[in-house]
Amino acid sequence: MSTTLKRVHGYLAEFDNPQDLYHAAEKVSEAGYQRWDVHSPFPIHGMDTAMKNPRSKLPWLVFFGGMAGTATAFTLQTLTQTTFWGDIGLGFIERLAETYPTVVQAKPTDFFTIPAFFPVMFELTILFAAFTTLFGLLGLIGLPRLNHPLFASKQFPKFSDDGFFVCIEARDAKFTQEGTKSFLQEIGGKNIELVEDEI
Amino acid sequence: MEATATAPTTASRPDAPRILDREPLVLNHRSYSWITNRICGIVENKQPALWWLLFIPSVILTGVTAFCFTYLISTGVGVWGQKQPVAWAWDITNFVFWIGIGHAGTLISAILFLTRQKWRTSVNRAAEAMTLFAVMCAGLFPAFHVGRVWMVWFLAPIPNANAIWQNFKSPLLWDVFAVSTYFTVSVIFWFIGLVPDLATLRDRCKPGLKKMLYGMFALGWRGGNRHWSHYETAYMLLAALSTPLVLSVHSVVSFDFATSVVPGWHTTIFPPYFVAGAIFGGFAMVLTLMIPARKIYGLQDLITAKHIDNMAKIILLTGTIVGYAYSMEFFMAYYSGNKFELQTFQLRALYGPSTWYYYCMFGFNVFAPQVFWFRWARHNLWAVMLVCMCVNAGMWYERYVIIVTTLERHLTPGSWRTFEATWVDNWTFIGTFGLFMMLFLLFLRFLPVIAIGEVKGVLPQSDPHYNPDREKGIQEEDLMDYRDRHVPKAAAEATA
Repeated sequence: MSTTLKRVHGYLAEFDNPQDLYHAAEKVSEAGYQRWDVHSPFPIHGMDTAMKNPRSKLPWLVFFGGMAGTATAFTLQTLTQTTFWGDIGLGFIERLAETYPTVVQAKPTDFFTIPAFFPVMFELTILFAAFTTLFGLLGLIGLPRLNHPLFASKQFPKFSDDGFFVCIEARDAKFTQEGTKSFLQEIGGKNIELVEDEI
Repeated sequence: MEATATAPTTASRPDAPRILDREPLVLNHRSYSWITNRICGIVENKQPALWWLLFIPSVILTGVTAFCFTYLISTGVGVWGQKQPVAWAWDITNFVFWIGIGHAGTLISAILFLTRQKWRTSVNRAAEAMTLFAVMCAGLFPAFHVGRVWMVWFLAPIPNANAIWQNFKSPLLWDVFAVSTYFTVSVIFWFIGLVPDLATLRDRCKPGLKKMLYGMFALGWRGGNRHWSHYETAYMLLAALSTPLVLSVHSVVSFDFATSVVPGWHTTIFPPYFVAGAIFGGFAMVLTLMIPARKIYGLQDLITAKHIDNMAKIILLTGTIVGYAYSMEFFMAYYSGNKFELQTFQLRALYGPSTWYYYCMFGFNVFAPQVFWFRWARHNLWAVMLVCMCVNAGMWYERYVIIVTTLERHLTPGSWRTFEATWVDNWTFIGTFGLFMMLFLLFLRFLPVIAIGEVKGVLPQSDPHYNPDREKGIQEEDLMDYRDRHVPKAAAEATA
């Protein structure tokens, strides 16, 4: 037996085009709403300014991800090819990893063979940074998820074609069932819909 | 009379500079939903007969490659034509050929993104897919070239039974890292680009298995701007990461040759020369695939003459760089005073056993693209296709010249031998074209061939400050500001 209990997710309003959506976003942001978003088929230039969105923190994550790649490559190569870790007094690492220097190509087995290690250090930097970008992005936007209350709306799938929506969530402190609805009407929203989430 | 107070009108100054309208990226003022329908339609509708006509032979050819590799493993490497000193023969030629093809995809998706070339949006998806499939074809060859393919895991950075690690100082191992990183990062970049378009396909599907699968890969995308904000940052970061990566991959491939002491290989020009050649060959392959695809699926409004024109110009540029590299190589062989180096080049081009490979290479890669100096050639699809076919072939000849003709005439005349490809060599290579085509056709069948969201984003009406009244090009008031700042001296004095 399915329950009929429902929780209000928020109000969804449609706008005609990116220009209207942009101006609506400016007004929603000025009205002081916090938990709201606009949904569009493509990123709209300048929308972050209209919404007063902070800059993404992703570049920081990626920087450290990349550095982790460099460090991994450096450690992997020096540990398995040189006496570097012993030379700096950390010989126990070499003993733990049971590695010994590889004497080939008439290259030194100390730190100064490092130019030969640059290509792999570069590649792993990129590789780790790219993975950090992927998983950092997914973490920051909270995806993947299997469902979302918005998908219950009949008109919402238009967002991926030519629909431009504003959704103000009920979690917002300023949200009231009547006030928010009339506010959305005021700023020119169409097809205003109360989106409910089955619980 | 105050000259500065009022803006001068056009009538008073007929010599005012004319600003030409930019060519639109999408023709015929197409709407958002037209773009969605047209691109999703390719996936949703029945495929044209031609699709099957290409798909079935491609599957058969893939089977041929699979058979050839099975035959190779079950019989031994003797079925290949390679012999001492031509040990790096057919397979490494094919490896370098295929890996080069991939580079155009990354160039379009990453470098043209960073340089804000908006026209890339119509071709980047297909070009990136092509990259992945080309790298897959490329990867087969070195994997089987190791001889005992079941030992290929020795390439991975894990110690073998005697606790011996890989030699990280070897360019061959750099190559393993470069190519596998390139493939992985290209997959990530491609996938992140696909997510919003998979959401479009998901939203158009009827409930069922298809919707579930598209939905799963779309990750629950809702197109919220708080998501787009991070998404665009991620996209830019990946472009910024892929740009040095794509330049490094073919550089590292060229290190395989350049760090050896073989005459004809041991040159510093190799990395830039290889990268230019890779982009050159890759663009030819992009056009080879996209010109028929745009015709078959009616995408002329999205992939316009301007796109083809731009790509033809890149082919001309990189082809000329490659021509410079060929000539400079020759000059350095003479100028170095190194007898062996000079002889290698004389044997390649003048009196060796495979000189006609050299002439094919030079003619196809350097002379054929020169017709792109002319606008009619860049706008005639048959001419573009013909040149691209020349370049596709020419780039294969280039790799053959670099690898086989060099090794055929090694340092000691006593070890000189001429390479002859066997039927296994030939069919393995021909079969990889089948694999490449099969994967590309499946991509056309199941995924959006053009980045729907990105194309919508570059339409004029997507600008939040777009004014529909100014639909017909640039209006007088747009020019006012420009003219105020650029009042010709004589005109200014006359008004004063």
